[in-house]
Amino acid sequence: MSEAARSPEVGGGEPPLVEIRDLKKSYGSVAAVRGVSLTVKRGDAQFIIGPSGCGKSTFLRCINLLEEPSGGSLRVASTTIDFDSGRHLSAREQARFRSDVGMVFQQFHLFPHMTALENVMEGPATVRRMPRKEASEWAASLLAKVGLSDKRDAMPRHLSGGQAQRVAIARALAMSPAVLLLDEVTSALDPELVGEVLAVVRQLTEEGMTMIVVTHEMGFAHEVAHYVAFMDEGRIIECGPPPAVLDNPKSTRLQAFLRRFRTVQP
Amino acid sequence: MIYNWDFSLVFASPDEWLRGAAVTLIYAAATIGGGLLIGLVCGIAMLSRHRVLMSPIHFYVQFFRSTPLLIQIVWFYYALPVIIGINLPAWLAAGLGLTLYMGAFSAEIFRGGIVSIDRGQWQAARALGMLPWQMMRRVILPQATRRMLPPFVNQSILQLKNTSLLSVVAVPDLMYTGSVIVSETFRPLEVYTSLAFVYFVILYPLQRLAMALERRDDV
Repeated sequence: MSEAARSPEVGGGEPPLVEIRDLKKSYGSVAAVRGVSLTVKRGDAQFIIGPSGCGKSTFLRCINLLEEPSGGSLRVASTTIDFDSGRHLSAREQARFRSDVGMVFQQFHLFPHMTALENVMEGPATVRRMPRKEASEWAASLLAKVGLSDKRDAMPRHLSGGQAQRVAIARALAMSPAVLLLDEVTSALDPELVGEVLAVVRQLTEEGMTMIVVTHEMGFAHEVAHYVAFMDEGRIIECGPPPAVLDNPKSTRLQAFLRRFRTVQP
Repeated sequence: MIYNWDFSLVFASPDEWLRGAAVTLIYAAATIGGGLLIGLVCGIAMLSRHRVLMSPIHFYVQFFRSTPLLIQIVWFYYALPVIIGINLPAWLAAGLGLTLYMGAFSAEIFRGGIVSIDRGQWQAARALGMLPWQMMRRVILPQATRRMLPPFVNQSILQLKNTSLLSVVAVPDLMYTGSVIVSETFRPLEVYTSLAFVYFVILYPLQRLAMALERRDDV
C-alpha cells in the first residue's frame, strides 16, 4: 500500500486512515451487521463495546475480510473495496489487503508447530519474502517489545495465556500493518494475566499505532481509547470520546448496558 | 498326520528370492509414492466447494475404495488395453491399479487430516495475508502431517502386502516367485510358510514405527 499514505502527518487535511461506510453482513436472512459507518484517524485507538451478539466481532472480522461483507465499502490507507458491486475479490487481492491489516484473536491461534520467534517471523518471511535472517532479527526485536525475549525458542504450548497473546500481538505487528484489529484479546485469559496484555496494548496506543479494539474491559477502554463506539443489534448507537460515551451515555440502551456492566464488575 | 518338513529346496536359489523381494519393494515404494501424490492433490481438491470439479474426484475416491484391488489390477491389465486400444505392459497395468488404489485411500487421509486442523489456524494464517497455497504449505500441512503419519504408515503396510496380488498378472514379485518355486519343488507348505516370514521380516520394523508414531503425543 502507498508509502505516502503511511508517512507522518503532512498537515491537518489528511484523510482518515480507515473509512468504513454502511458496512453490512448477513448470514442468509440473519443480519449481523446492519450498516455500520466508522472512520479512524491515523494513531487513534477506536474501541468498540457492546453486548455479546451485537455484531461487534463480526464487524471487526469484516475489516480484514475474514468475513466477506454483504454490502458497503471499506477503505484502509489507499485501498478501497466496494462490496455493493457484487464482485468477489480474488484470493490474491484479499491476501494483499489483509497483509496490511493486523489481527489478534481472542484465542491467540499461534502456530503450534513453530517457536515463538518463528511465529512472529512467519508473516514477514513468507508473505513479504523478507530474508530469514532479517526476519528473525525483526521478530526478535518485536518479542523484546512485548517483553518476551527470553521465550523466543519456546513452543506455544509452553507459554501462559498472557505470553501467548503477547506473541500473537508481536506476530501481527511483524507485518507492520497500517491498522491493528484486536478481537477481545483478554477474554480468554485468567484474570491475573489480563494486565500484562493490556499493558502491551496501552504501550501501542502511546506509540501511535492505529487500532480498532473490541473489548469488554470498560475501565481499560475509558483509560486508553481515543474514541468508543457502542454497538447494539448490528448498528453503532453512540460514538465519541470515552467520557462522553461511558460517563454520559445518551441512549437508554447504552445506559442499560453500562448499568449491567457495573453490577458484574465491582 | 505326519508330514516331513523339508526347507532345503526352498532356498536352493536365493537369487530368485532376492529378485522377488526387490520387485515387491520397488512396487511398494513406487505405488506408495505415486499414490501419496495423487492423494495429496485429490485430498486438497476434495476440500474445494467447486461441484463440477469435485464430482469426478469423489467418484474416483469412492470407487477405488469400495472395489476389490484384485479386480482393479486385473481390469487394468485386461480391460484397459481393450478400451484405449493400447497394450499396456503387465508391469505398468498392474502398477497403475495399485497406485490409484493407494491414491484413493490417501486422498481420504489427507482430506481428513486437513479438516481436523482448528479453524483458528486458517484464520490466523489468512490474517497475515497468506495465499491459500502458503497457508497449506506453512501452517496446515505441517500440523496435519503429524496427525496423518500413523494412518499413512498403516496404509503403506497394507499396500506392501497388497503387492502380492501383482502375481496374478505375472509380475515377478515375491508372491509370484514363491509360486514358481512351488511348481518346481512341489513343496507349497514350506514355500508359503517361508514367504510369510519374508513379508513379516520386511514389515515388522514398519509396524513398530507405526506404533511408535501413535504413542508420540506432541502437538
